[in-house]
Amino acid sequence: MNREALLEVENLSMRFGGVVAVDGISFTAYGREITAIIGPNGAGKTTVFNCLTGFYRPTGGSLVLTYDGKTFRLERLRGHRIARDAGVARTFQNVRLFAGMTVLENLMVAQHAVLTRASYYNFGGLLGLKRHHDAERAAIARAREWLDMIGLTDRADEVAGNLPYGAQRRLEIVRAMCTGPRLLCVDEPAAGLNPHESADLARFLVTIRDRFGIGVLLIEHDMSVVMGISDHVIVLNHGQKIADGSAGEVRNDPTVIAAYLGEEEAA
Amino acid sequence: MGAAQRFKDAGFTALIALALAFPLLGFQTTDTGDGYITRFNWVAIATAAAFVVRLLLSLVPQRFRLHQYATRYTALPQGKIITLVAGALILFSILLPISPLGSRRTIDLATLALIYVILGWGLNIVVGLAGLLDLGYVAFYAVGAYSFALAAEWYGLSFWEMLPFAGLIASAAGFLLGLPVLRLRGDYLAIVTLGFGEIVRIVLNNWSPVTGGPNGIGDIPRPTVFGMPISPGAPEGVTTFNHFFGIAYDPLQRLIWLYYVCLAAALVINWFSLRIRRLPVGRAWEALREDEIACRALGLNPHTIKLTAFATGAMIGGFAGAMFAAKQGFISPESFNFQESATVLSIVVLGGMGSQLGVAIAAVILATLPEFGREFAQYRMLLFGAAMVAIMIWRPRGLFTVRAPSVRLDQP
Repeated sequence: MNREALLEVENLSMRFGGVVAVDGISFTAYGREITAIIGPNGAGKTTVFNCLTGFYRPTGGSLVLTYDGKTFRLERLRGHRIARDAGVARTFQNVRLFAGMTVLENLMVAQHAVLTRASYYNFGGLLGLKRHHDAERAAIARAREWLDMIGLTDRADEVAGNLPYGAQRRLEIVRAMCTGPRLLCVDEPAAGLNPHESADLARFLVTIRDRFGIGVLLIEHDMSVVMGISDHVIVLNHGQKIADGSAGEVRNDPTVIAAYLGEEEAA
Repeated sequence: MGAAQRFKDAGFTALIALALAFPLLGFQTTDTGDGYITRFNWVAIATAAAFVVRLLLSLVPQRFRLHQYATRYTALPQGKIITLVAGALILFSILLPISPLGSRRTIDLATLALIYVILGWGLNIVVGLAGLLDLGYVAFYAVGAYSFALAAEWYGLSFWEMLPFAGLIASAAGFLLGLPVLRLRGDYLAIVTLGFGEIVRIVLNNWSPVTGGPNGIGDIPRPTVFGMPISPGAPEGVTTFNHFFGIAYDPLQRLIWLYYVCLAAALVINWFSLRIRRLPVGRAWEALREDEIACRALGLNPHTIKLTAFATGAMIGGFAGAMFAAKQGFISPESFNFQESATVLSIVVLGGMGSQLGVAIAAVILATLPEFGREFAQYRMLLFGAAMVAIMIWRPRGLFTVRAPSVRLDQP
C-alpha cells in the first residue's frame, strides 16, 4: 500500500522567551500509520503536540494537514477549530476527562458539533423536534459502540472521575475518537498503566488505525509499546530531530542510543 | 482531648466571641447624649456564654455529636423523592393563595420568594452549570426592571408587551458583559462581574434625566388579566377584570394575580432550565465547568459557550427584574445593590450548585427568613448569618448535591 502523507511539519520552531523548546523540526506523518515521537524528558515532544493542536502558536514553521483533497494550515487555525474543522483530536498526558460528568456524557460532549447542527443550534432541541431526537439517539448509539470496544458499557452512567485510572485513559482516547478525527494525537497513553494494560492499550491503538484508517501520532516512554506498534518513529532531543525511520532503524541508531544513555556523542 | 486542650479551645472560642460581641453588642446608638450607650455587661455575658457552651460541647462524646446525624439522616434525596418533593411544592404553591395561609402578607412574601427562585435558577446556569463565578448578577435584574419601567413610562407599554423584551435586553447586556471577560476565569472573572454590577447601579443612580436617579421610577403598571386591569374603575372603553366577572374589587386580587404570574413564569423557567441542560449547549456548559482545555481539544469553542451561558442567565434575570418592577410598582437603584447579588449567589451555593430543587428551596429560605426573623428586630441579620453557617456545616456542598445525568445509555 502506498503511503499518503497526512501531516507535513516543516521547520517547526517554538520559543518561550529565550528558551527554544522546539528548534526547526520537520517530519511527515502518514495516514493509516502510527507515528511515534520519542525522546528524553524535555526533548520538546509535548510542545510539538501543543503546537499541532493549537494550544501554542508556533514561532516559526508550518503544519500542513492534507486529506480528501482538503488542506489545513494548522498554525493559522484557532484552537477549537483544529479539532472541529481540521479533524485533529488529542488526549493529554495527565488525563483530562470531564470528571464530574458521566462516561456517556463525556462522549456526548465530544459529538457537540454534530448534535448542535442537528438541533438547529439548540432551538430545535428546545422545541423537541424529531431531527434533534434522532441525532441524539444516533450519538448515543455511536457512544455505545465505542464503550463496547473498551469494555465500559456497563459503567456508562457512572461519573467518569470514579473510573480506575486505566479505564480513564481508554475513555479519553475514545472521547477523542468520538469527534471523528483524521489524526489522533495521544500523549503518553501508557503512563501509569501496568504491563498488561499497556499491551491492551497498544492493541487498541492498532485497532483504531486499522479499522478507521486514520493517522495516529503517539508520544510514549514505554518502549515496548512504541517498538511494538509504531510504523514510523521520530526521535527528538533538545528540541531537534535526531532520528527518523522504522522502529528497527531507530533502535540501532548510535545518536539515539547516545541521547538516551547520555554518552558523549561519537563523531 | 485533654482537659487543658478543652480549656484552650474554649478560651479561643471566647476570644472570637469577644471580638465579635464588642462592636456588635457593646455599643447601641441612641438619640440622646453622645449618640450611643455602652453595654459592656452584654459583651461579658456573651463571651462567658461562648466559653461555657464550647467547653460543654467539647465534653459531649463523639458519637452524640449532632452534625453526624444531620448528615446521615438527611441523606441525599434522589430520583423519585425529588420528583415527589417538587410535586408537593408545586401543589402547595398553587393552593397557597386560596388556603387559610393566604393572607396579604404571605402572598406578598411568596411572590418575592418566587422572584428569588427565578433569579436563583438564572444564576444557577452561569455559576452552577457553566462554573463562571458572577458577582454582579443583580445588574441584569436591574436592566430587566428598568427596561420595563422606562418602556412603560415613555411608550405606555404594558407588562405583557414588555416582558419578552425585558428578557432580551438583559440578555444583550449579558452578551456585552461576556465579551470583555471571555479570557478570564475564577477570581478575575468574579472581580470584573462585581465591577459590572456596580457600574450598572451607579449609572442608574446618576443618570437622572433618564432613570430618575435615586428617586427611581414610579407608577409602573401592574400586569393585566388578559388585557383587563384589576381596578375599581377604568377609563372609557376599558373593561376591568372586576366588571367582566362581576365581582367586587379587592386589592388582594391584584396580589394574587401577580403571584400566579410569577408562579407560572417560575414553572416555565424551570422547564426551560431542565430542558436546556439536556441539550448540547447545556452539556457544553457543564463540560466548560469541568475542564476548559479539554473542551477546546474536542472542538468546542469556549468563547461561544461562555457567551451563551451569560446571555441565558441574564435573560432569566431580566424576566425576574420585570416581575419585580411590576410587583413593587416603584423601582430605584437602592433595590439593586451588591447585597442582592450576594443573596442570589448564596441561594445557588446553599441550594447545591446545579440543583433545581435545591436552589428553589434555598431561595424560599433566604427570601423568607429575614421576614420571619422580624421579632428579633436588630438581631435578624445575625440570625440569618447563623442559619447560613449552620447549613454550611451540615451541608458543605449545598442542600442537594446529587447531579442527575443529562442522558442515560438505555433511555427510550
